[in-house]
Amino acid sequence: MARFLLIRLLQTLPVLWAVATLTFFMVRFAPGGPFTAEKSIPPEILKRLEAHYGLDKPLSVQYVNFLKSLVTGQQPSIRHSNRTVGEIIRESFPVSLELGAWSLLIALAIGLPAGMLAAQKPNSAQDYVPMSAAMVGVCLPTFVLGPMVVLFFALKLGWFHTSGWNTPGDRVLPALTLGFHLAAYVARLTRGGMLEVMGQDFIRTARAKGASGLRILTRHALRGGLLPVVTFLGPAAAGLITGSFVIETVFNIPGLGKYFVGSVFDRDIPVVGGTVFFFSAIILFFNLLVDVAQAWLNPKVRLE
Amino acid sequence: MKALLIAACLAVLLVGCKKSADQPAAPGGSGAKADPGFGSGPAVSPGKMILHRGNGSEPADLDPQIVTGVPEHMILMGLFECLTDEDPKDLHPIPGVAERWDISPDLLTYTFFLRKNAKWSNGDAVTARDFFEAYKRMLEPTLAAQYAYMHHVVKNAQAYNEGKLKDFSQVGYKVIDDHTFQVTLIGPTPYFLSLVNHTSWMPVHLPTLAKHGKPYERGNKWTRPENFVGNGPFTLDQWKVNEVLTTKRNPHYWDAKTVKLDGLAFYPISSSETEERMFRANQLHVTETVPLSKIPGYRKNHAELIRIEPYLSTYFYRINTTKPPLNDKRVRKALALAIDRASITENILKAGQIPAFNITPPGTGGYTARGKFSGDLAEAKKLLTDAGFPDGKGFSPFELLYNTSESHRVIAEAIQQMWKKNLGLEAKLLNQEWKVYLDSQRQMNYQICRAGWTGDYVDPNTFLDMWLTDGGQNETGWSNKDYDRLIAEAARTGDAAARLELFQKAETILMDELPIIPIYHYTRQHLISPKLKGWQPTLLDHHPYKHLWFE
Amino acid sequence: MTASDPNVTSPSPATAIEAGHSLWQDAWARLRKNKLALASAFIVTALGLLCVAAPWVSPHAYDAQDLALGAAPPSTKHWLGTDHLGRDQFTRLLYGGRVSLMVGACATAVALTIGLLYGAISGFIGGKLDALMMRLVDILYALPFTLFVILLTVWLGRELWLLFAAIGAVEWLTMARIVRGQVASLKRMEFVEAAHALGLRKRRIILRHMIPNVLGPVIVYTTLTVPAVMLLEAFLSFLGLGVQPPMSSWGSMIKDGADRMEEYWWMLVFPAGAFSATLFCLNFLGDGLRDALDVRASKD
Repeated sequence: MARFLLIRLLQTLPVLWAVATLTFFMVRFAPGGPFTAEKSIPPEILKRLEAHYGLDKPLSVQYVNFLKSLVTGQQPSIRHSNRTVGEIIRESFPVSLELGAWSLLIALAIGLPAGMLAAQKPNSAQDYVPMSAAMVGVCLPTFVLGPMVVLFFALKLGWFHTSGWNTPGDRVLPALTLGFHLAAYVARLTRGGMLEVMGQDFIRTARAKGASGLRILTRHALRGGLLPVVTFLGPAAAGLITGSFVIETVFNIPGLGKYFVGSVFDRDIPVVGGTVFFFSAIILFFNLLVDVAQAWLNPKVRLE
Repeated sequence: MKALLIAACLAVLLVGCKKSADQPAAPGGSGAKADPGFGSGPAVSPGKMILHRGNGSEPADLDPQIVTGVPEHMILMGLFECLTDEDPKDLHPIPGVAERWDISPDLLTYTFFLRKNAKWSNGDAVTARDFFEAYKRMLEPTLAAQYAYMHHVVKNAQAYNEGKLKDFSQVGYKVIDDHTFQVTLIGPTPYFLSLVNHTSWMPVHLPTLAKHGKPYERGNKWTRPENFVGNGPFTLDQWKVNEVLTTKRNPHYWDAKTVKLDGLAFYPISSSETEERMFRANQLHVTETVPLSKIPGYRKNHAELIRIEPYLSTYFYRINTTKPPLNDKRVRKALALAIDRASITENILKAGQIPAFNITPPGTGGYTARGKFSGDLAEAKKLLTDAGFPDGKGFSPFELLYNTSESHRVIAEAIQQMWKKNLGLEAKLLNQEWKVYLDSQRQMNYQICRAGWTGDYVDPNTFLDMWLTDGGQNETGWSNKDYDRLIAEAARTGDAAARLELFQKAETILMDELPIIPIYHYTRQHLISPKLKGWQPTLLDHHPYKHLWFE
Repeated sequence: MTASDPNVTSPSPATAIEAGHSLWQDAWARLRKNKLALASAFIVTALGLLCVAAPWVSPHAYDAQDLALGAAPPSTKHWLGTDHLGRDQFTRLLYGGRVSLMVGACATAVALTIGLLYGAISGFIGGKLDALMMRLVDILYALPFTLFVILLTVWLGRELWLLFAAIGAVEWLTMARIVRGQVASLKRMEFVEAAHALGLRKRRIILRHMIPNVLGPVIVYTTLTVPAVMLLEAFLSFLGLGVQPPMSSWGSMIKDGADRMEEYWWMLVFPAGAFSATLFCLNFLGDGLRDALDVRASKD
């Protein structure tokens, strides 16, 4: 196990390097720069602005500086001229992390039981009702569901604020919106995974031995059946805790998600680099967790 | 049984949609939660008169010499005061930090007499030196201020800014004494006193800047709440990024007794739908804008909440005049005439926009263009036939470029259809992300593209000098010697009436040649709580905060 | 496994006993008995045909505007109302269905094929190759998608196939990881080890033994990919890749409708309804397929 973790840790380095490199060249080759504006800037000013941010140097030098700045996080943002990339992530990540954690909790709390319930008696009402509800969740994108819950719970019933991130109540609607959408995926994948396992020999053996349905479900089927859900949740959770652009826009939440999109539109190279780098570290971490969980769920899988 | 279940689920989904859909656009009465004060905004009480307003996007910075955007301008207007101030009704220059000024007979030298009781938020006196230092900083090559060109009307400012002149004492700024400041211009600039209101002419407290970083470089931390020093009616209180920026009274402000509000709260809200919902839930007093789909509902049911104000801005299409067939002005005029502008403003935009047949909005600094283009559909068809394309035959499909946005798309779709129906021409719509679009426009890598222009100051010059042959914003490839000559002559002309006459002639040429197709003159829309008083419609959407109050 | 509902998917004893039937023949026999799945297949096909036949079905042109009319509720002339530019919604729904169904089918197929093969190879071979392949997936996960799309529009123009490529390029990742997880756990199972012992070639083991055994989760995830793909299309088209106005798609109609849900409910309800109905059908069809393809079920 320790060896496995060490190897994986070493593997992250080339991945992070590759992501950083690709990102850098993608931003630099995209048309328009950080100072492209509707009112064009006189060429002399533009030259000096670029010099200030080191964008006048040869691309290779810029690239090396870019890699260095990723490690320190001290590079100032171009769009937000008095803040550094490190500060931006430090300020907004806790918000996204909290929202993501709540959403994940909601998704699991709804999705897992619904999926298990459905798998217990497939093709019955116990299956169709939760699964149809799940389909509604899949069919309603967050940009439709978000405004709907605001209109109903905040404006019609007046239970919550329409937007913002001040009171504990402000967490409810965005977390529900994100969580419900994700719950639908979790439920469908749980059902599918469970059904897959239920047909296998060891379950049959357990059933033949007279074990109760519930016991089979929780003791035996759950481990193997959760495999697809867990795999799906790795990247999904990484995405959740680093913020959702749509949800942050609908609910005006000061999270990290808007920087992923905004910095690209602004060609704010330091922030693009910093956020993408941060996100790749998190994705790697979560996929590592998934691989460990897979080994735990299915002892036959060895960690290699 | 299963089919029933599916049907039931679908029904739930649909009813879910329908319920919210059936609510009136702007709920009031029974549709919404019973709330007598719908649209009244957050509660205010004596000592807590805080104005909550939507402010578009997150401010990039609060450094007057660095910022360029409208959201920043809205905040800085409360945090700083320039030499002149704006009249709350029509924005004409009124005394600001300068209590009076002299203009030399040749109109080139302005002497400002600063009031002695003007103070920074830390208690220091505001002196002529502060303005001098701020303007020097603005022109300092190391700062690379994007809006430095606003100062280029001043003698030698451009040369210093571009690094060609090293000696700042030759630039037309002079401190006569602590309370007297003199500016020398390169030519008569009738709009100079209005220009001085712009963010790029705000003073800064240099000792504060020096304390928190390098004063002549970007990335200075002086604009953080704990470091900030300003000279406006308000001073920075809190800055929660992407959440809210609040200001409180500046106790040292010279005219503090006139200021009735206790503070301002600016919310960066990028979605106008979200903003409208916040207003409806009484979380805001003033919105930055109103979503297109909500305008008719408010106008019909809550006319007291919605304000529609003329705005110094024009929506138009640029034409790349360097490539056939669009290098033929008959073709350009045919395209311009085939657009039913009234239908666009009345049926799509629905917010009092004025169909545009010229570029400068009516009533810009006493100027309303006479040189509008005119003609009907029959003439458009005839022009197209004359140009060799009877009924659009032989005219290959062309591209209409716009930046990615719902509202530009809708207008482009409508115009595409008008050209197809009226002239038999086929336009293909092409949208690009903002910076890609700007780049295409700058490289003239387009055929027709959407554009907009907002005046920097209330004078026709801001709409007309961009079409000079070497104008940085021309971007159409159009060039006309007579036009260039008229605009240059206007810049040298001191007599107001004669100068406007030159602009009239220039704009007539522009509207005859049509390197651009004007579509409409913008309006601004706000939702405003009825208890907010003193809000006047102004052409630049400036509403000086010290003249606002709650009732 | 389907003992609880013998009417739907449990194979008749005769089918199970009959020898010599391939997996696919068995599956088809089972699927034919699943009325819900068949009805779903029928509805989706009918909807698809209706969309293809749009020009003959609808009396209106999809781009004909009536600005003065604007958004009007359903009427005898415009069965599903009109949109904000006064265009007939029914017509636009049919034309939009062409785009959305095609994107749903093609992009999902791209994602499915890449994901299935990639995941199966990675999981089956394991070791260093697996590590390499999975780290490559991690890299692709982490790259900023918006930037990728902007570059695509600039460099490669806006052909429709680019849309499929761009969508396929992101949607296969999770699929590949799911397949890999399943395969990695399956390859330790007795029957696979037996196949190894019998000296079957790897290629044959992957194709004949692994893939059929991972189809269950794959089908489920595929049905979840279709809506994601259709909505992604709307986002990409908005950014300028793919279908351009005045052409419509369900995704972009839903997006337009979502902004106006309070004023013009018909602009959201009808496209969302068509979208949901299709997805419900695909979902039931997917479940039916899954049950039908369940290799172990036949032994019950």
